[in-house]
Amino acid sequence: MHELSATRHIFEIVMAQAHLSEADSVDRINLVIGDFSNIVPDCVNVYWKELTKGSICENAEIHFDRRAVVFSCQQCQNTFELQGKLSICPNCGSDQISFLSGDEMLVESIEITKFEENS
Amino acid sequence: MTSINVPIIQNILQANDFVAEENRKIFSDHHIFCINIMAAPGAGKTALILKTIELLRGSVRIGVIEGDTASVTIDSDKVVLAGAPAVQVTTAGDCHMDAMMVRKGMEQLPLDELDLVIIENIGNLICPAEWDLGSHSNTLIASIAEGDDKPWKYPNIYRNLNAVVVTKTDLLPYVDFNLEHFSQGVNILNPDVDIFPTSAKTGAGLDLWTDWLLSQIEAASRA
Repeated sequence: MHELSATRHIFEIVMAQAHLSEADSVDRINLVIGDFSNIVPDCVNVYWKELTKGSICENAEIHFDRRAVVFSCQQCQNTFELQGKLSICPNCGSDQISFLSGDEMLVESIEITKFEENS
Repeated sequence: MTSINVPIIQNILQANDFVAEENRKIFSDHHIFCINIMAAPGAGKTALILKTIELLRGSVRIGVIEGDTASVTIDSDKVVLAGAPAVQVTTAGDCHMDAMMVRKGMEQLPLDELDLVIIENIGNLICPAEWDLGSHSNTLIASIAEGDDKPWKYPNIYRNLNAVVVTKTDLLPYVDFNLEHFSQGVNILNPDVDIFPTSAKTGAGLDLWTDWLLSQIEAASRA
């Protein structure tokens, strides 16, 4: 359910940038989404269709660059991806592990069209 | 007609985080310590808040921002009955609170007359994790009845915590809950966090929880 408010934020960020860039349409939005953000792409797409109706974003496609959750082991320096649930180091069994990455929630870039060049 | 790629690289929650920083500053300017309490539904958030109000009555002035998905005042009514000012914030169906909702709640609390503000977040172990509210401390409540595997199954909400309160320890004789297994999961994600096993029913362990709160409140008042 938190996809609704996340999608509203994405829409605001995209519209602000589209306005600055004097876009006539927004064709694609590139997101970077870590698994720890618990964002479900299908949900974002549904809300996006509703929120953007009648705007220059209504035909935009959203591309999700998914990032796994990565931890590193302080004992054996192994880095590993979490498979669904939290685990100890699969290499040495230590619980001295620390979070490296996987909670990204970024609008990386947008692709826009301008119908006429400014002369 | 030209197609252009425009780089942005902006955190989706940047607008929320901006308001959250402002909230934190407003609390700090009033020498208020603010905690955000997160938990699953039924973990005992309201019971712990009521006990905390009772135990700190006379020494700490507490205000509560109650988050709920619908406009029911069941929780805030209990808090007001316990003698603390409470504000009900309705998320209108959203599964988590955000910094703007907290701001609206703050504006209705007598901040000049408070030492501690407790935010009771929506009962949910997934959605509230991403939203910074502007508190100084994130506290997670886990009840014995939920089972000891929750930090292992919901690691994201167990990150960035300052305190974990284990509630309903009076149920330990009846439930297979291994506190060591639970604590291992919590400590993987928060090596230095304080874990407080408590029972609102018997009162066990609540003194350590309120001692911790008092030390945090005192530090905030000196800041």
